[in-house]
Amino acid sequence: MTQAVATHEPPRSFIRRYIFSTDHKVIGLQYLFLAMAAVTIGIVLSIYMRLRLAWPTERWPLLAKLFPQAMAGGTISPEFYLSLVTMHGTIMIFFVLTTAPLGGFGNYFLPIQVGAHDMAFPVLNMLSFWVTLAGFLVLLAAFFVSGGAPISGWTAYAPLSAVGEIAGPGLGMGQNLWIVSIALFCIASLLGALNFITTTLNLRTKGMSMTRLPLTVWAWFTTAVLALLAFPVLLAGGILLLLDRVAGTSFFIPEGLIVSDKILPHKGGSPLLWQHLFWFFGHPEVYIAILPGMGITSHVLSTFARKPIFGYRAMVAAIFAIGLLGFLVWGHHMFVSGMSPYSAIAFSLLTLSIGVPSAIKTFNWLATLYKAQIRFTVPMLFALGFVSIFVTGGLSGIILGQTSLDIPMHDTYFVVAHFHLIMGVAAIFGIFAGTYYWFPKMFGRMMNDALGKLHFWLTFIGVYAIFIPMHILGIAGHPRRYAETAGFDFLAPLQPIHVFITIAALITAAAQLLFFFNFFWSIWKGRRAEINPWRATTLEWTIPSPPPHDNFGPQVPVVHHGPYEYSVPGAAEDYILQTAPPTAVKS
Amino acid sequence: MAEHIERLRFAEWEGGVSPFAVGSKKLGMWLFIVSDSLTFSGLLVGYSYVRIASERWPMPFEFWPTIVMATLMTFCLLSSSLTMALAVRASSLGDRSRTVRFILLTMLGGILFILLHAREWAGLIAEGVRMWENPWGVPLFGASFFTLTGLHMLHVASGVIYLSVIALGVSRGRFTHEDVEISGLYWHFVDLVWMFIFPLVYLLSVKMP
Repeated sequence: MTQAVATHEPPRSFIRRYIFSTDHKVIGLQYLFLAMAAVTIGIVLSIYMRLRLAWPTERWPLLAKLFPQAMAGGTISPEFYLSLVTMHGTIMIFFVLTTAPLGGFGNYFLPIQVGAHDMAFPVLNMLSFWVTLAGFLVLLAAFFVSGGAPISGWTAYAPLSAVGEIAGPGLGMGQNLWIVSIALFCIASLLGALNFITTTLNLRTKGMSMTRLPLTVWAWFTTAVLALLAFPVLLAGGILLLLDRVAGTSFFIPEGLIVSDKILPHKGGSPLLWQHLFWFFGHPEVYIAILPGMGITSHVLSTFARKPIFGYRAMVAAIFAIGLLGFLVWGHHMFVSGMSPYSAIAFSLLTLSIGVPSAIKTFNWLATLYKAQIRFTVPMLFALGFVSIFVTGGLSGIILGQTSLDIPMHDTYFVVAHFHLIMGVAAIFGIFAGTYYWFPKMFGRMMNDALGKLHFWLTFIGVYAIFIPMHILGIAGHPRRYAETAGFDFLAPLQPIHVFITIAALITAAAQLLFFFNFFWSIWKGRRAEINPWRATTLEWTIPSPPPHDNFGPQVPVVHHGPYEYSVPGAAEDYILQTAPPTAVKS
Repeated sequence: MAEHIERLRFAEWEGGVSPFAVGSKKLGMWLFIVSDSLTFSGLLVGYSYVRIASERWPMPFEFWPTIVMATLMTFCLLSSSLTMALAVRASSLGDRSRTVRFILLTMLGGILFILLHAREWAGLIAEGVRMWENPWGVPLFGASFFTLTGLHMLHVASGVIYLSVIALGVSRGRFTHEDVEISGLYWHFVDLVWMFIFPLVYLLSVKMP
């Protein structure tokens, strides 16, 4: 049997220790910093879009400095707006929402929480990060090639994405780079998923049975399974799309397609095939983004409610049910594609049934909070915010999951509001909760509490101020993906809502500067953290902050307790570490 | 059996050894196989989709030479799986030189497969089959043929390189039995993929009288 053998001495050279490191903690931080860089770019792009929507005729010479070619004259052309939409979506979904909670926190804390010295395959782990980084750089390169970034959206819908430059700027080299970047990301995800699954199954320490795993580990484990099964299908689709573009095939291009008054030579393909392949990946991807947030939320809620999580086994089963159902509902993204109403009904029913495990999780969270002595720390506030936003975003999902309601609303801002809340903002709240919660462990210092609370309230109110009005835009019939809001009579009365949303977005974005300041200031100047500042139970709180190279040193931790033994009657304190001797109290 | 399950349920997980009697490396290879088979499934589903969606999918393959040669290729690949299994058995008995010999035979099967396949590709290209056109109509025929068999051939070629590394390592005593077994898993998987491609791409496209 091969086991990961921990080298108990960290590598001496700077490059092996901090750059090409195989230490899961360093790799986790690398992922987190990559996600922070990506989220900054993503936010800047969204601000460009919001400004364009709120004040369509305004010129922005200062903003044009960043994109001198695409924004010649200081205005955002409709084509460039679509580039912004594409790049914002791709960067946020792949390089923030997938990278931070899974690659970042998962890498850092999964091995520690199961009691391992490192991941099962440290070298693959390192490769996974570097391939992800390469993918990110390739994606950004799309801004700088001739034609600029692609305009086909993060979904790269064919035939727009397949026919090449003739259909618009950015569909030449920019689209090719997009596909290569996503293919690299698929490979990196595979390497990551292998590691997560194998580590969870094989490297658990003595006493850490599967039912003693923290819910964070269950969430990362399920997410890794989803990544393992979803990304290869996107890779297959990506290969075919690239062949359509560079090898003259027509997998996704139908016969007789006329673009710019020219009949294309392609024939025989089906744009719907791309949608099927894409969404077979795309829907599980939504859960890849949100499941780690659910895990972190469960973990943080239990810690600061000082109560065991309500219904541990039901929580695990619900995570699995959500993961499984996630593979069976891709058709609900395609209700307006002309699919048979019979298959639409099946997809609709399966989609609505996801409400059941989601409700199980929500009610279990509420039951955990019921009659609890809640400590309103910053991570707790973000976890509570997660629950709030998960419910709000989930309710509009029940609306959109029904074909009769989805068809009129599908191409409106209602969908934009829905998916931003449920997969964007909720997942980001999970990331924030994780950051504030684990910061003391990662850097050995506390983040500033007052700044954190201010950051929470501004963000919490801010995101609702952005996205609730978007529902109204959608119900009023405002189409999404339109750069031009002027010049349509029926949209004119909605313009003040756009202005309101943009102002709210600017304030919310500015509030994130508080977070970045707090983060970097606290790394150097924060109050020193103890080993276990939150008085929590899981294994990461038994080792120094920051943890040494081999996590647990020469002794292997032995686990005697479940992950959420808070306020156990008869115990000396209101928490029992997982490693506490079994005699402390009956487990 | 029931007793065994009871014991599993109540035994405290002792850590250290693999709980499912599968080592980490082997589990990693299994997971890779699961993932890679989904890539192939995606491509095969795509192929089936465009095939069903087109009115007259070409069925140009003659029994001789195409199907006979493809059967020969299948024979090469299947035999190489047998020799791979023998290599794994030899390594489990600790017989290093036999292990290396059987791995070399396996590689030979793979190389023969690639050579026959390349010859077939050359023949089709000479007939005018391209990624974007072919003499029989529906352009996607050539596109899907080359994509599916090409990706598979890439896997066989990577497998031959992988096995050469294993053979070299075993002959120098560097690799364990588990490493040989894991390379065998990959090789059998590549073989299994062909067992889907052969009927779906070749047998379904035989010329009907």
